Amino acid sequence: MSILGWTTFWVIATFSLYIGIAIWSRVTSTKGFYVAGQGVPTVANGMAVGADWMSAASFISMAGLVSFMGFDGSVYLMGWTGGYVLLAILLAPFLRKFGEYTVPDFVGKRYYSNYARVIAAIAAIFVSFTYVAGQMRGVGVVFSRFLGELVEPLAAGLGVEVITIGVIIGMAIVATYAVLGGMKGITYTQVAQYCVLIVAYTIPAVAIGYSMTGSPIPQVAMGEVLPALDGLQQELGLDMYSGPFANLSMLNVFAITFVLMVGTAGLPHVIVRFYTVKTVKSARWSALWAIVFIAILYTVAPAVAMFSRYEILQSFSDLGAMGMLESPRTSWVQTWAATGLIETGQWSEGMSANALLSTIDRDIIVLATPEIANLSPWVVGLVAAGGLAAALSTASGLMLVISSSLAHDVYGEIINPDASEQKRLKVGRGIIFVAIIGAGLLGIYPLGFVAEVVAFAFGLAAASFFPVLVLGIFWKRCNKEGAIAGIVTGLSFTFIMIILMRAHVALAEFGITEPVFDSFLGINAQGIGLIGMILNFIVTYLVTMSTPPPPQEVQDLVEQIRYPRTLTKDELSEAASS
Amino acid sequence: MADSTPEIDRETYWRTLMRRTLILLVVWFITGFVLSIFLAETLNAINFGGIPFGFWMAQQGSIFVFVSLVLIYAIATGQLDKQAGVEEDGDATSAPGAAH
Repeated sequence: MSILGWTTFWVIATFSLYIGIAIWSRVTSTKGFYVAGQGVPTVANGMAVGADWMSAASFISMAGLVSFMGFDGSVYLMGWTGGYVLLAILLAPFLRKFGEYTVPDFVGKRYYSNYARVIAAIAAIFVSFTYVAGQMRGVGVVFSRFLGELVEPLAAGLGVEVITIGVIIGMAIVATYAVLGGMKGITYTQVAQYCVLIVAYTIPAVAIGYSMTGSPIPQVAMGEVLPALDGLQQELGLDMYSGPFANLSMLNVFAITFVLMVGTAGLPHVIVRFYTVKTVKSARWSALWAIVFIAILYTVAPAVAMFSRYEILQSFSDLGAMGMLESPRTSWVQTWAATGLIETGQWSEGMSANALLSTIDRDIIVLATPEIANLSPWVVGLVAAGGLAAALSTASGLMLVISSSLAHDVYGEIINPDASEQKRLKVGRGIIFVAIIGAGLLGIYPLGFVAEVVAFAFGLAAASFFPVLVLGIFWKRCNKEGAIAGIVTGLSFTFIMIILMRAHVALAEFGITEPVFDSFLGINAQGIGLIGMILNFIVTYLVTMSTPPPPQEVQDLVEQIRYPRTLTKDELSEAASS
Repeated sequence: MADSTPEIDRETYWRTLMRRTLILLVVWFITGFVLSIFLAETLNAINFGGIPFGFWMAQQGSIFVFVSLVLIYAIATGQLDKQAGVEEDGDATSAPGAAH
């Protein structure tokens, strides 16, 4: 079978699996809908966190970024794993003890204020919506490259683009299991999606590593490839691949890594997954499984990055740019040039390696690697299905956060607190359906500005949620005035800084081509959330200390969430008097 | 729950947990930032199985350490729960809202 045949096979097989799970996991209660009845087994939850977390960005884009950035690409590898240490030891077990359904739930109750709850709900929706746009682009990229030929006649018949068809099919699948099964449907589909994506990601890496070095473990194989790659880089006049700070200053590598870690721990769609397990103890263990499952992909990614860079540079060194256009050994150049993601029009005899690399879109590295290494068509098709699994699983987790923020926090707790269970479930289902259509539209008509903001969702989460959640657990004295002032300061500082530094990217057509400034104290837009977070902590502290302490029942709540078992009234009053 | 007297009281439990959390965070910081970023250039002079050590820490080693930290936390805190008699009853699901 051809690549097209195999891709069609894998996509139909995996999509049917997801629909099967949707039918099996229908729910009838709001508890089932929002937190899967709090009955998700520990290991399954770890896998679901993995799929929820590993988005189109992790699967499709990350290895490509690392491949182009060398050492400096470590910001993503460490940033997106190190955050789980913070999540596991500072947040997950305590938020699980708190119970309830959403992150705004915690903010609203801990800071005894519906005002705080609404701010948190708005921040959750904002972060999630910007994030979801990236997932839909991922679905579009996979469809246009791998299923373009198949979908083309249909798209032409309807007078729309191939990407549109891809996004609509993806949305229909997510709608089926998210509307029917809510969190339960999403959880078990994510378990399946994790398996699909991790197999799809590792098989090519194992095959390539084995053929290049004889070692089937990519993490080991990269030890042998790196010296060869560094040698090749030197020969072609490039910086050492393993040398730090070629693209980013040390300060920016530090700031970005820190922001990505803290932002990861503050993302509502990840936190809420820890509400779905049975006990505090299983929240701790599912955090472990989550980071284990994530680490499998994240330690393979730098190997994939290295292998593909080596193959590309080796072909370039052997054949030259013009040779790569014609040689059967590099047929991937032509297939990807057809999608416009390699600008071969700029290639010329005697061009430098750097110039050649700059014409290749970073997003294609993972998807093109099996072709670059000439693996069989079934592997290429499987990678496409894996990319779709990564994008759809993250999209569905985000959809649930948007739906629960509106249906539970805004409608159920503030607008109509007396609504019946049936009514709430209906509203939840309705909103998730509308949110999916909204996300689909963002995928079909991508807004330049939204795409630009996605990269900064972490900075916004780091500067808003993280300090309030951590202080809410570890500092009893922290009060509502402090928390609200802190969130508002951190969020607005970070948001304004990002606009000042990056708005020119989206506004180029209006004649604004220069940023107001490039960096603040030497930190760029991606890392600026670090300053926002520090400001949040300082403001929260100062305002809290100059206003009255929180009421006794809130202090009892904080005492209560620190211990796995439920404390008795006597124990609470004893703790309060000491 | 309290069929036997716990070895430590709840105040000690919380203090111990905070001390351990702090230690884990210090290790997290040293691994992720000091070794993998601030000292990366210096450590790259050390050859670690063909790979410069600073680079290996930033792209592999730090991730292994992060996994270990979460593992240590889950085991140690589970034991601490038992010593202080604050673990949950069996597999009982604590209901949402049980905390308040």
